Amino acid sequence: MSRKITIEPVTRVEGHGKVTIRIDDDNRVTDTRLHIVEFRGFERFVQGRPLWEVVVLVQRLCGICPVSHHLCAAKAMDVVSGVRSDQLTPTAEKMRRLMHYGQMFQSHVLHFFHLASPDLLFGMDSDPAQRNIVGVLGAYPELARKAVLMRKFGQEVIRVTAGKKIHGTGALPGGINKHLSAEERDALLVGTFEFNADRMVEWAQEGLELFKAHQKAHKDLIDGFAAFPSNYLSLVRKDGALDLYHGGLRAVDEFGQKIFDHVDYEEYASYIAEETRSWTYMKFPFIRSLGREKGWYRVGPLARLNTCDFIPSPLAQAEFEIYKAYTMGRPNGMSMHMHWARLIEALHAAEVIRDLLKDPDLLSGELMTTGVRRGEGVGVIEAPRGTLFHHYQVDEHDLVTMCNLIVSTTSNNEAMNRAVHWVADHVISGHEDVTEGMLNQVEVAIRAYDPCLSCATHALGQMPLRLRVENTKGELLREFVRDSSTRPA
Amino acid sequence: MKKLTLATTSLAGCFGCHMSFLDIDEKILELVQLYDFRASPIDDFKKLTEPCDVGLVEGGCCNTHNVHVLREFRKHCRILVSVGQCAITGGLPAMRNGIPMAELFTESYLKGPTCDSQIIPHDEDIPAILDRIYPCHEVVKVDAFLPGCPPHPEIIWETLSAIARGKPLTAIPYEHFKFD
Repeated sequence: MSRKITIEPVTRVEGHGKVTIRIDDDNRVTDTRLHIVEFRGFERFVQGRPLWEVVVLVQRLCGICPVSHHLCAAKAMDVVSGVRSDQLTPTAEKMRRLMHYGQMFQSHVLHFFHLASPDLLFGMDSDPAQRNIVGVLGAYPELARKAVLMRKFGQEVIRVTAGKKIHGTGALPGGINKHLSAEERDALLVGTFEFNADRMVEWAQEGLELFKAHQKAHKDLIDGFAAFPSNYLSLVRKDGALDLYHGGLRAVDEFGQKIFDHVDYEEYASYIAEETRSWTYMKFPFIRSLGREKGWYRVGPLARLNTCDFIPSPLAQAEFEIYKAYTMGRPNGMSMHMHWARLIEALHAAEVIRDLLKDPDLLSGELMTTGVRRGEGVGVIEAPRGTLFHHYQVDEHDLVTMCNLIVSTTSNNEAMNRAVHWVADHVISGHEDVTEGMLNQVEVAIRAYDPCLSCATHALGQMPLRLRVENTKGELLREFVRDSSTRPA
Repeated sequence: MKKLTLATTSLAGCFGCHMSFLDIDEKILELVQLYDFRASPIDDFKKLTEPCDVGLVEGGCCNTHNVHVLREFRKHCRILVSVGQCAITGGLPAMRNGIPMAELFTESYLKGPTCDSQIIPHDEDIPAILDRIYPCHEVVKVDAFLPGCPPHPEIIWETLSAIARGKPLTAIPYEHFKFD
């Protein structure tokens, strides 16, 4: 009998998601969908708010990567304040970078160790009761303890630069709020035996070795699982280096051919557009020149290592060379290699943090720059999950009149849907009994993208609508009209 | 001392409160001595099916799904704690209260400089949006409130450890409130 399987909620991802899988009379999968079911509504309700408030307010898009939203909005509001990104004072630029790389480190560690590693350590169809960070604590206490301390280190970097671990106030349009004190620096640079910048570099290498050993032992599974080609997008530095804070937009196709390169991100709307589909609140961005069908792309660690030419820190660069050699220099389309790329980036972040902490510019120097005010600004940054766009228009009273956001996970929407479909097709289709382990594999595929569904659901709303309920053949079963809004009954 | 059970859930929030919960850092090693974990976004128990001692809820209710999840969660929790401003007052998402739904939708799906569709999402598989954001205590009975955006990890830890040790919950010191 034809039926519909629902996975809800999708767990060990940040936010709310739901998957539906439709199966026909012969147990064949006919349709799969990743639905994003939560909505808030930032684009409209930040309108009317003063520009200086926005950099603090929009962090509430996400509690996992608040720094990315904070800095991305700050970059857009820098422009509004008349300050281009290359005009920030060295102190401001370096403090922001430190904050951002701190966040990159904590987010990548959180994702790999706390959320994803149970699938690798225990197996995708192991006991659900064990598949979590508490299970890891029990079975691998040393590893779990390091993971906890690594995340703490990233959060401490954020606290000393932003004032607070979650939803801080470090950046202002045109600069930053404070210097780093020598005590704060020393607590991270020298710290204690187990809590300092060198140790973090070392442990990031251990994490990477863990994944590489796992990949070697389960090569077919890791390489083949939800693998498919796509286009890739990220910021790159002028010389083609990986840069998580600033750069120009580069997109490459599945063969590594450049679709566009070093594009000024103020022009982003000429290059990227977004499609809406009826069954999810998350939009589907695509590259305009390639159109809706072929223009979808991936962002995040996998995409960044596919677009950049090199990594500007020695240990991560050495790992990058091994990683690139694995696909003979061609773009890597293997979804599970997202973890590999993420861990190389975590190592890079640890190296950058260590180097930045030694920079005297953090302790003194001008904090703010001013310039000739403009009415509009775009900010783009590489958030942990990929390229993040913030775009604002501001009126003569400094109040926001327009806001457009493309968050990282939104750009991965099509890819995540394809990954879900891949698992349904390869693992579930044709089986009478669908096991918990099979369904977890669907989630493993989504999880690889480290989706931040709380970010992705910033869009809000429900219009009065006509609802059609169809059977699997698309025949109309029921139709009704809903009022503009609902109260809890 | 008998271990208690602990569950967490997230409604219309940003996961910042769950992050603050993880910011108890090494104390998580102590926490697993006091509590057995049940349903939570950070593990694979999808929902509570049996009684649980303590439930932490992050986020307010912005859609029918949130209301359903919250009511089911309440049914199984002996002590339900609202964690953070969204759960307590609706928080930042409540800034949408008073703005007509059509405006919110138009802005997000039809008007933006990158919008390339004239479709507004509607489907049986996505929930209906409520007329405004509802704090949790307007939907179900809530036993304790931990304020902050997010609450300081120390507050979360002190509360969980007091409950587990059978101590009374005390007022939270003023300096621990941080709303900026």
